[in-house]
Amino acid sequence: MKSLVAVLTVLAAIIALWYAACVPMNIKGVLDQAERAGAEVTPATAKARRDMSEIGLVANNSFAIGETWVQDRPRLPAPHQVAVELWETTVEKKITSKRSLIYHAQVTLSATLLGFAIGTGLGILLAVGIVHSRVMDMSVMPWAIVSQTIPIIALAPMIIVVLYSIGVQGIIPKAVISAYLSFFPVVVGMVKGLRAPDAMQLDLLKTYNANTSQGFWKLRLPSSMPYLFASLKIGIAASLVGAIVGELPTGAVAGLGARLLAGSYYGQTVQIWSALFAAAILAAALVALLGLIEKLVLSRMGVRA
Amino acid sequence: MIMVVLAVVVWCGGWWLNSRLANSPASKTRAVQLFVPAIFGITVLVVWELLVRGLEVSLVILPAPTVIAARFASSLPVLWEDFAQTILKGALGGYVIGCGAAFLTAILVDRSDFLRRGLLPVGNFVAALPIVGTAPILVMWFGFDWQSKAAVVVVMVFFPMLVNTVAGLRETSAMQRDLMQTYAATYWQAFFKLRLPAALPFVFNGLKISTTLALIGAIVAEFFGSPTVGMGFRISTSVGQLALDMVWAEIVVAALAGSAFYGLVALIEKSFTFWHPSQRG
Repeated sequence: MKSLVAVLTVLAAIIALWYAACVPMNIKGVLDQAERAGAEVTPATAKARRDMSEIGLVANNSFAIGETWVQDRPRLPAPHQVAVELWETTVEKKITSKRSLIYHAQVTLSATLLGFAIGTGLGILLAVGIVHSRVMDMSVMPWAIVSQTIPIIALAPMIIVVLYSIGVQGIIPKAVISAYLSFFPVVVGMVKGLRAPDAMQLDLLKTYNANTSQGFWKLRLPSSMPYLFASLKIGIAASLVGAIVGELPTGAVAGLGARLLAGSYYGQTVQIWSALFAAAILAAALVALLGLIEKLVLSRMGVRA
Repeated sequence: MIMVVLAVVVWCGGWWLNSRLANSPASKTRAVQLFVPAIFGITVLVVWELLVRGLEVSLVILPAPTVIAARFASSLPVLWEDFAQTILKGALGGYVIGCGAAFLTAILVDRSDFLRRGLLPVGNFVAALPIVGTAPILVMWFGFDWQSKAAVVVVMVFFPMLVNTVAGLRETSAMQRDLMQTYAATYWQAFFKLRLPAALPFVFNGLKISTTLALIGAIVAEFFGSPTVGMGFRISTSVGQLALDMVWAEIVVAALAGSAFYGLVALIEKSFTFWHPSQRG
């Protein structure tokens, strides 16, 4: 309860700071508009205003403060503008409309989930191989670890174009990027998890005369679950970033990444911010969903959280 | 066709050699532990080369490693310029500012229990968000040059670093803090002699996570607009010209820079936290 109050206070402080930041960020645009509309502005010309600090402008033109929160194309949209845009583009638009954020989110989400499923599936398979084969462990594992320090997302534009040139387009190229971004965290986490049982437990199974596959299904796999879910949460966040970045270089027309790019081309800041928040909400929902599944699985297994 | 057969032979040969090495009694030695992944890496490169040449894969789909190496060697000046623009200015600048700011914020947050309770969940939440999405906004605010890339990096590394440092500063036990109290240590004495050293493993963990994030942020932000120099710019324009050898050369640079950056931080960590169980090995 105490934590909830603290979190809400911090959130309120962030929103208050955001509103405050809107004033100096947008004041120049507001004053230019007011001058064109014939209002009294000090200093009177845009040229003179350019050399003044934003704070000084706000002090001289305090009448304009209210305007900074309701501009059409602000440099920094106020929180309620973003919220209104989010509401209008999700609830009030038809889902099939090209302007509905739900439509765009669903395009990105399907690529994310497909890629995530492929990446995790392959990652778990490779981890099983690594745990059971010394050769694979020694030759592949160092590379999997090194790959974590490399910005492999830089490959994204190339993958899109190469797959396009061999005739693959649509959801697959984005899913490929999502897949390889989630692949390596899952491999590393899953290997750690499958190695989690200590020597005592492995010895116990040996005294039961358990064979390798029994050891895997009854001991290694169950004890790897907490590690698996920890890396799944990292993996799904990486997958979403991959799908969004995968939408940038092709000039894709649908998807949250395309919304971001289109917004930045046409200076539609409110649109950028709402796409950004949609992506954030999507990421949070996916991570929370995995957390829920984790809780269910672990409690079925008798692990106490 | 011969090349394809040769590729299969090389693959099997490399695998056979590795399995001999891995299952031999010498497999615990340091040399073998370095050799096995190296042999695997070389095998992959050779097989790649042979397959690309044998199947006559077009240059716009997958260039052979030798072609990439030749391109790398012949365009060193361009690669260096891109490296300086993206890594040295954008990524490193943002990394230093972001990690520094997060570290100072963490010290402030740590002094107030209320702030810690409030900020940590928010920080954990933000650390999982697709923050690279802020790139178009920050490019709009700070212009096309490296400052906007540094700003993206600052936003990306701030929260992971903050969360890790705050967790680290909580690492001391009540007994240890009480001991400091009985010595009549001031807040800062206790901070520098007890809590900061105890926090270092966490701080370095945050620093290491941030190295990769910094490179990702700096490169992806350039996809949203950049001057005509930089790794992200070069990648996106070379992809447009189907000059895939150049793209791969940039990716080699990114890979080298990423591992070197991470290795450097790990090295510094080793010299600072030599006393920690994880480093004594």
